[in-house]
Amino acid sequence: MIYFDNAATTKTDSTILSTYQSVSENYFGNPSSLHQLGERSQQLLSQSKKQIAHIMNISEGEIYFTSGGTEGDNLAIKGTAIEKMDYGRHVITASTEHPAVIKSLEQLETLGWDVTYLPVDKEGKIDIDELKNAITKETVLVSLMAVNSETGSLQPLKEVGELLEHYPSIHFHVDAVQAIGKIDLNLNDSRIDMAVFSGHKFHAPKGTGFIYVKAGRQLAPLMSGGGQEHSLRSGTENVPGSVALAKALRLLMEKKTHNKVELVKMKNLIINYLSTLDKVTVFTPKESAPHIICFGIKNIRGEVVVHALEREDIYTSTTSACSSKKKDKIHSVAEMGYTKSEAESAVRISLSYLNTEQEVDVFKKAFNEIHSQLKLIE
Amino acid sequence: MEITELMIRYGELSTKGKNKKYFIKKLNKHLRSELVRYNDLKITFNRDRMHVKLNGEDAESVIEKMHDVFGIQSFSPVIRVERSVDAAKDAVIELMKSHYSPGMSFKINTKRADHSFEFDTHEINRMLGTAVEDAFDDIHVQMKNPTVAARIEVRERGIYISIDTLQGLGGLPVGSSGKGMLMLSGGIDSPVAGYLALRRGMEIEAVHFHSPPYTSPQALKKAKDLTAKLARFAGEITFIEVPFTEIQEQIKKVIPEEYSMTITRRMMFRLTDEIRIQRHGLAIVNGESLGQVASQTLESMLAINAVTSTPVLRPLITTDKNDIIDTAKQIDTFELAIQPFEDCCTIFASSTPKTKPKLKKIQDFENMLNVSELMTNALNGIKIEQINTETNENKKSEKTFADLL
Repeated sequence: MIYFDNAATTKTDSTILSTYQSVSENYFGNPSSLHQLGERSQQLLSQSKKQIAHIMNISEGEIYFTSGGTEGDNLAIKGTAIEKMDYGRHVITASTEHPAVIKSLEQLETLGWDVTYLPVDKEGKIDIDELKNAITKETVLVSLMAVNSETGSLQPLKEVGELLEHYPSIHFHVDAVQAIGKIDLNLNDSRIDMAVFSGHKFHAPKGTGFIYVKAGRQLAPLMSGGGQEHSLRSGTENVPGSVALAKALRLLMEKKTHNKVELVKMKNLIINYLSTLDKVTVFTPKESAPHIICFGIKNIRGEVVVHALEREDIYTSTTSACSSKKKDKIHSVAEMGYTKSEAESAVRISLSYLNTEQEVDVFKKAFNEIHSQLKLIE
Repeated sequence: MEITELMIRYGELSTKGKNKKYFIKKLNKHLRSELVRYNDLKITFNRDRMHVKLNGEDAESVIEKMHDVFGIQSFSPVIRVERSVDAAKDAVIELMKSHYSPGMSFKINTKRADHSFEFDTHEINRMLGTAVEDAFDDIHVQMKNPTVAARIEVRERGIYISIDTLQGLGGLPVGSSGKGMLMLSGGIDSPVAGYLALRRGMEIEAVHFHSPPYTSPQALKKAKDLTAKLARFAGEITFIEVPFTEIQEQIKKVIPEEYSMTITRRMMFRLTDEIRIQRHGLAIVNGESLGQVASQTLESMLAINAVTSTPVLRPLITTDKNDIIDTAKQIDTFELAIQPFEDCCTIFASSTPKTKPKLKKIQDFENMLNVSELMTNALNGIKIEQINTETNENKKSEKTFADLL
């Protein structure tokens, strides 16, 4: 089997899984319990947080465990909205954001909020001047994803950060789910106020994640209850998940430099190969994340290619596997200026450090066959 | 060009007359143990200065350590170069770079311990001053209050150049003033009192009263963690856990509620004093601050203190709570101290303790207790542990956790 759908989710690493199991068995106490079992769980949880803080070069108090990306985005957006509703009710985002962002904002719109959806260029980037023009006195939040999950496009976070230096009261939220271990965020030195991460995108179990909230920034909680996670996210802590997450992050970051080189190598091999093929368009821009390749065969719907590859035991995706029925509105390829039929042809390959160049060769061979068969249909 | 050594000034120690040598030796000993993991580093000292020669060890982390050592008034990172004016010029210019801003003033202050050197101090001052003026734009020499003063010392073994003077903690070297027993509850005050005692050169041993199940294992752990924080300044600290359950139960049983606090405190003083005798301490230290709680009125102190003639040192006696909190934050004990675990002082606490207890009444009530038996039992159950900047417990669990993580 060749698994090329790592932007959808990753295989849980077996050493991480054994950590998960061992913590579940040995540290099952509720971290809020008074007794030693609870205390031990609490200590372990706090050491996990320490490890994450150390790796990310941020402080422990800026990390809150969540269930993953969707929760993180909801918390950043709605939490800001509730917290700052007396100051303004306008949010700016890009038209290519993840549904967790877009749908949260649509919900705010039904409650009377204004949302500006900035268009993107052929590379998937927003325009800084357009962002600047969109900012009003009412603006309380700018929400952008670091790496587009469908195309691997990068948003100009640094430039956005520089612009927002002039608007210190605006919250700057970054969906960094696809960025972790792939591009450097330097949260500590950046203008980014909130960044959202999800464990299952880097070989931790599902249902794990964390949100970074810069010290001094306030968010209203969405989960109220026992006051866990400094009352920002109540609910009994997922100790095994959080420990597994911290371990997965360590494994990811230890190999980051090496992996990046390997990922870029594989990505280039695939893109160079696809570029030689007749009737194939590569949608992923030149400057993009090292692990995502989005392409399409002219007039062939993406799912056809996905299923054809599946028959060869190669697993890819149409764009954004989180949901299959999607409005054009949040179809990144279409937003980048491609036609509807081009957008519908989009197939995504997404790599992880577990993939090899050998697998790339096998893919090429299989795709040669599929391509020569499908290009005749048109 | 790298920092080759750190030059330490003693400050107050220099005024210690005949005892000066003793204090300097204590400082040397303590500094040595603080810096023990730097294998290549060498410490030498004389009457006026101590020199830490780095021999390639990392200056930054050694400097960080030096900020935790009592008895150091100030210290300067020094670059040593060969005995040539050209080499000295390069070093001064290099050091000056990190301080340079347009329009600044400077002076060169040369001392020549070795008079055989070919130039005298005036000549050296002039040559180096000219070199600096040539190297930087918009910089001028100024004798009074210059922005930066560079010190040059010509000695037999080389020329020593320094610019920065970093403030040390001051105080006296730990261990130079004898040993005291610190009554460590787990609150905000007692660690600060311990810190201040350490600052005046005392060696401290921490005495903690533990009353399971009325006080939790977490409360005990917290006291140990606080001790570990103090170990940053003291080196290893002896931690003495005194079982206190029986005494508290007896007091609860037979003593009228409004006197239980006073008598509890008297029992703690008696025990601490007995431990002091056994362990050759010379004083008791605690975190009492006048008027803070019922046991800290003068009347209470008089009644409680009556059980011993040993000096009871109260470094915080006149300090306001906010100032105590500031120091606690500064020594990193505050966050730990405010964790909400019950300690011996809060359990069985009366809602109406006597703020003006009468000694006569106290003695009558205490006659209902078998004080000497209770004390013997408690002293027999003492547990003693050495605590370093990381407690053994923490080290162990961190290791276990690290294996998982």
